[in-house]
Amino acid sequence: MSLGTFHFVPVLLWTDALIFMLLTVALATVWWIRRHAHLRAPWAAVARRPMAMGAALVLAVFVIIGLLDSLHYRERLDASPPDRPQYSVEVLSVFDALAGRLRTQQEKTYSAPLAMHLYAKEFTERDGATVRDYPRLEYGGAHLKQADEYVPDIVRRVLVGLLQGLASSLLLFGLLAAWQARHRQMRVGSWLSAWETGHLGWPGRTVVIVLALMLMLGAVIARLAAGYHVFGTDKVGQDVLYISLKSIRTGLVIGTLTTLVTLPLAIVLGIAAGYFRGWVDDVIQYVYTVLNSIPGVLLIAAAVLIVQVAIEAHPDLFDTSAARADVRLLALCIIMGVTSWTSLARLLRGESLKLRTLDYVEAARAFGVSHARIISRHIFPNVFHLVLIAIVLDFSGLVLAEAVLSYVGVGVDPAMYSWGNMINGARLELAREPVVWWQLGAAFAFMFTLVLAANLFADGVRDAFDPRLEERQ
Amino acid sequence: MFAYILRRLLYAIPILIGVNLLTFALFFVVNTPDDMARLQLGAKHVTPEAIERWKVEHGYDKPLLLNTRVTGSAQLTDTLFFKRSAAMFAFEFGKGDDGRDIGNEIRTRMGPSLAIALPVFVVGLLVNITFALLMVFFRATYLDVWGVVLCVVLMSISGLFYIIAGQYFIAKLWNLLPISGYTGGIHGLKFILLPVLVSVVAGIGSGSRWYRTIFLEEIGKDYVRTARAKGLSEIRVLFRHVLKNGMIPILTGAVVVLPLLFMGSLITESFFGIPGLGSYTIDAIQAQDFSVVRAMVFLGSFLYIVGLILTDISYSWVDPRVRLQ
Amino acid sequence: MSPLLRVDRLVTGIGAARVVDGVSFDVAAGETYALLGESGCGKSMTALSLMRLLPDGGRILSGHVQLGETDVLALPERDMRRVRGGQMAMVFQEPMLALNPVIKVGDQIGEALSLHQGLNGQAARDAARALLDSVGVPDAARRLDSYPFELSGGLRQRMMIAMALAGEPSLLIADEPTTALDVTIQAQVLDVLRNLRAKRRMGMLLITHDLGVVAENADRVGVMYAGELLEEGARDAFFAAPQHPYSRMLFEALPRTGDAGRLTTIAGQVPRLDTQLRGCRFAPRCPFAIARCHAESPGWQELDGQRVRCHLAGSLPAGSVRERVTHPVAAHTPQPLLQVEGLKVHFPIRRGLIQRTVGHVRAVDDVDLTIQAGRTLALVGESGCGKTTVGKALLRLIEPTAGTIMLGGKAVPAKNMPTLRRQAQMVFQDPFSSLNPRMRVADILLEGMDALGVGARGERRGAVARLLDQVGLPDDAGGRYPHAFSGGQRQRIAIARALAVSPRLVICDEPTSALDVSVQAQILNLLKDLQADLGLAYLFITHNLAVVEYLAHDVAVMYLGRIVEQGQAGAVLRTPRHPYTQALVSAVPRIEPPAGQTVIRLAGDQPSPLNPPVGCHFHPRCPHASAVCRQTYPERTDLGGGHWVRCHWVAAQG
Repeated sequence: MSLGTFHFVPVLLWTDALIFMLLTVALATVWWIRRHAHLRAPWAAVARRPMAMGAALVLAVFVIIGLLDSLHYRERLDASPPDRPQYSVEVLSVFDALAGRLRTQQEKTYSAPLAMHLYAKEFTERDGATVRDYPRLEYGGAHLKQADEYVPDIVRRVLVGLLQGLASSLLLFGLLAAWQARHRQMRVGSWLSAWETGHLGWPGRTVVIVLALMLMLGAVIARLAAGYHVFGTDKVGQDVLYISLKSIRTGLVIGTLTTLVTLPLAIVLGIAAGYFRGWVDDVIQYVYTVLNSIPGVLLIAAAVLIVQVAIEAHPDLFDTSAARADVRLLALCIIMGVTSWTSLARLLRGESLKLRTLDYVEAARAFGVSHARIISRHIFPNVFHLVLIAIVLDFSGLVLAEAVLSYVGVGVDPAMYSWGNMINGARLELAREPVVWWQLGAAFAFMFTLVLAANLFADGVRDAFDPRLEERQ
Repeated sequence: MFAYILRRLLYAIPILIGVNLLTFALFFVVNTPDDMARLQLGAKHVTPEAIERWKVEHGYDKPLLLNTRVTGSAQLTDTLFFKRSAAMFAFEFGKGDDGRDIGNEIRTRMGPSLAIALPVFVVGLLVNITFALLMVFFRATYLDVWGVVLCVVLMSISGLFYIIAGQYFIAKLWNLLPISGYTGGIHGLKFILLPVLVSVVAGIGSGSRWYRTIFLEEIGKDYVRTARAKGLSEIRVLFRHVLKNGMIPILTGAVVVLPLLFMGSLITESFFGIPGLGSYTIDAIQAQDFSVVRAMVFLGSFLYIVGLILTDISYSWVDPRVRLQ
Repeated sequence: MSPLLRVDRLVTGIGAARVVDGVSFDVAAGETYALLGESGCGKSMTALSLMRLLPDGGRILSGHVQLGETDVLALPERDMRRVRGGQMAMVFQEPMLALNPVIKVGDQIGEALSLHQGLNGQAARDAARALLDSVGVPDAARRLDSYPFELSGGLRQRMMIAMALAGEPSLLIADEPTTALDVTIQAQVLDVLRNLRAKRRMGMLLITHDLGVVAENADRVGVMYAGELLEEGARDAFFAAPQHPYSRMLFEALPRTGDAGRLTTIAGQVPRLDTQLRGCRFAPRCPFAIARCHAESPGWQELDGQRVRCHLAGSLPAGSVRERVTHPVAAHTPQPLLQVEGLKVHFPIRRGLIQRTVGHVRAVDDVDLTIQAGRTLALVGESGCGKTTVGKALLRLIEPTAGTIMLGGKAVPAKNMPTLRRQAQMVFQDPFSSLNPRMRVADILLEGMDALGVGARGERRGAVARLLDQVGLPDDAGGRYPHAFSGGQRQRIAIARALAVSPRLVICDEPTSALDVSVQAQILNLLKDLQADLGLAYLFITHNLAVVEYLAHDVAVMYLGRIVEQGQAGAVLRTPRHPYTQALVSAVPRIEPPAGQTVIRLAGDQPSPLNPPVGCHFHPRCPHASAVCRQTYPERTDLGGGHWVRCHWVAAQG
């Protein structure tokens, strides 16, 4: 590598590449939609729904963390000579760099959230005598000299965090008000009263409140995390907050890349079956009935086991463990995609069957327009809303499925950070006294927040795009 | 009608053949018996002899499709495909890696699976329909709006959370029910209650929301207005007219899963220690026992197809438009 | 005598729109009051307000409704339920949708009987059967056990009426009761309603858009526009001299016999009801409007027993506003453009285990047609007779089973479809489903030119502008999407699309049946203009005889897949010879009472083309059927002047 002078070398994992490809496609789509009034209209309707916009903000935070965590690199080993640099086998991401001490401050084993002491008793030297007691943590609360400083310190950090969050949200709000007032050529005062009464045309109050809450929560957690393990530590002493945050990327990858595999299969086969009917329909229906009839988990399990065998048979293909785990993640996405395209395909088939009999398709046929053109200009644009609704609805289901699959043992690589692995690892510890609940709690809380936000957003999208709902209103 | 059902039955055969071929390809062609042996023996013990021995022990020592070492029809029948894959059509599943007969296991484990899955199905259906009807009755009020939000919240919680929380609070903390286990007969009831309760609660969110959409779609139709114009009360309109039409998609959607109830639920059974087919499957996956996994794939597909046929039958039974044409 | 129903200043809102705005009228017992208006004028909402059955989001904002002794709007919902179906009952438009599909009709009627008359079990069944007898359902006892889908449209609507009568209401509200029905069935159902009203001395509120239906059925008429009542009066006075400009224009927009002039059109559109409206609501579209009309909403005025809301009432010019321009009749000798011989379209019926073909639906069976260049041939028939299939088979959108299609004297082989498609194009019925909502108008117009390679690529954009101009759309229409246009404008786009490849024949499949009368007039005018300018030939597929009279040169009447009578329009429509054509012409409700013609009412429904009657398909419904009709299908009988008919009875008359 010619990057000898740098302190790191970028690493592009398979899923990274696909994620950024997806991002590019998404941005291009946004640009395309902005230019077309009839495409923009339903999105404008989504933007007017407070619930959907609040959810979108939460999703945005998750996405940003996920994207930061997808910029991977390997650090140069300090000991390696500058002319022939060697790089660490550990693949890090920009998020790791930002998280800093969160990643490196590792305790010996379990510790409760915000604890100063380890979960398990150990023999320690104290005043020359060996006593069995809960030892102090190496990092969590290490800055405290005395135990009675603990509560005031926590309170101080929470308050400072809240104030910082509040201050920054006020600042942001001020900037927003000034920009908006200028943009609309009105006085800041009248903009503020419009904001207060909810007459902005977009859910300003919800957006500002959700933003402020997130900023305050973020600031409090950041303050606390500087001195403690906010969500405790796991069996090997790693910070649970860090693991939970790292798991976001896994969840997002599964939720989005799987759909990326599903879409071409579902769209091509679904529309072809509905549009051409006859033997094409028979063959496609046969294929998806066969796939559908095999219990999904079993099919995924079988395929994952095979991939596992293949990966283990070729260890030389992967130069880091991260690359190996990544390929397994990608394989999981592909497998889930291949097994889950059937429902969308069936939906598209039904819709295409209806559309092909509509007069505008007949009119096109009366001109002798080719099948490819009829499908691309008449059928596909009119089923696209179904595709979109399916994307957002499937997302949350896939995130939840990851946890179940990891529990069954056919999910992501055991070495990968994922909520499923967190739950799987912590489940057995529930029997311990006192209970080790924080790992489970953190995983469920993060998963719940992401899935709830996705579901609420999906609801908004569905309401705006489903023409049947539109007619009813 | 009879010809219709017979045609559906005949259609099932190519589907099952497709499933059989697909599983054969996955388990024998892509992933060869040698790979299986290596995985089972572990890295330390892999020698060509050990692999051969393992294959003989587990009955994987035959050619895939064509046996050239024998003559006559045995060329086709004395093969892995015929003995291990096609034999499943006769429900001969062979033995698992633990040496037990898979067919036997399936027969004894169906009972416990059904003991959980059937109550979950029935109670879940009733509860979800009730909630959906309530939301529809109070449609366009705050009760409905918040009901939907609650459904979305319930939907967003991982199924694992319901189980873990249920076990922790109800069984461990409050000691109301045993945390896991199973016995047959009336004494087994205490073991069944918790998994059933947890599974029903876990399904309320998505279930009632889905049924609510179905009922709402029906309630917008013209015949509902006619029923109201007759002077019927809203309750009667809902129960006699809307429910009767809404039940068509609900029932047919439910019938398809009916045979699959025999398969049980992987996660529930494994958490609650129910000796059913679900936990059998999950154990097989974790032990990488391919014979059992293959058997379960075939059984699952078979039951799914039975479900499809039942759906067709039930559809023509509940909907006079299909029945009489 | 106090009226049965008194509606006083009723205001109903849906969301921000006041869909009914200050409507007042009375209905006396035994009287039919017709609410007349085009779609979206608020007439159905008025009816639903009376029943208090408004859709979600709808609210009665003010007003007073008195039914007999009952103050309807003041009743608690509990008591209102006794009024609904008991004192006033309603018949809806679409009987297929308005009946519960999974409950037997007998039970649906029984429900109302048990609720309002306390009848159950056998007593209810007997009462239900009596009701079916009274609405003329044959074989009533057996029909009680039918599901709605097993019944024909006419029977379904009779069931709806029977259900409405179950509570012995004093007021029957009929909301477009026959709009979804064929014209011969419509005549049957209207007869039933008329007889029942007379026998039971019910008041009837008849809601319709059809002036003919009003003329034959109503005692008094109220005209609604944009949520308001504009004019009201006794039927005879109203039809003799409508006073409001809107009413007058409605009359003049209607195509009538022997009138070759242009139809009056009403410019512009109905105003949006969710905006603040000032002045007379019709003023923006009124050719007589003065400044006062735009500023001040007119009050009611009495004029010879009619009441009208118009500032200019009484001072309007007496005559017609219709332009008296006649199109020059094409002088050249007719040249056959498209000839079809022996056209058959049979759809196989598959049954049984291996989906064997057990028979055929003979949707089109041995049809011969000749369309002359520059002339219009109307293909007339009721729904299900195969007329649309003929149109689609001509363009090979449906593959014909047999038959030859000749274009300009030369046969068109199946391979040579582009030739056919450059010569013949199609305009569809529903302008909402015939335009892709995701394509710009310009792209819609370009599609045909691109596919058939019409004109040089660079010139096509210019062609789009010319087409838009030709059909009377603004220049900037090309850049917009279909949803920005009204129904009439969309139909213009559809016509422009067909014209884009410069065809010589346009097949128009019911192009105006989804449109209001005033918009229909615009489209008919446009079609006539285009024919005069471009020498187009039309195959005009329709069930609307009034339109045929106005537009067509020749007429072919179809019944169950076959043409039963064909000839010049005037001859066929004024002296119909086939008993079916006679019944069809007689069944059309007319504004002017038909002079000297006996009214012919057909019994029963059109049989299924799946299993057509042996012999002449029409014999089971024919008043003149004889033994030979039951055995052989009649041959052509030529009546001279290109007029021919397939009927044994006519043939026997010699």
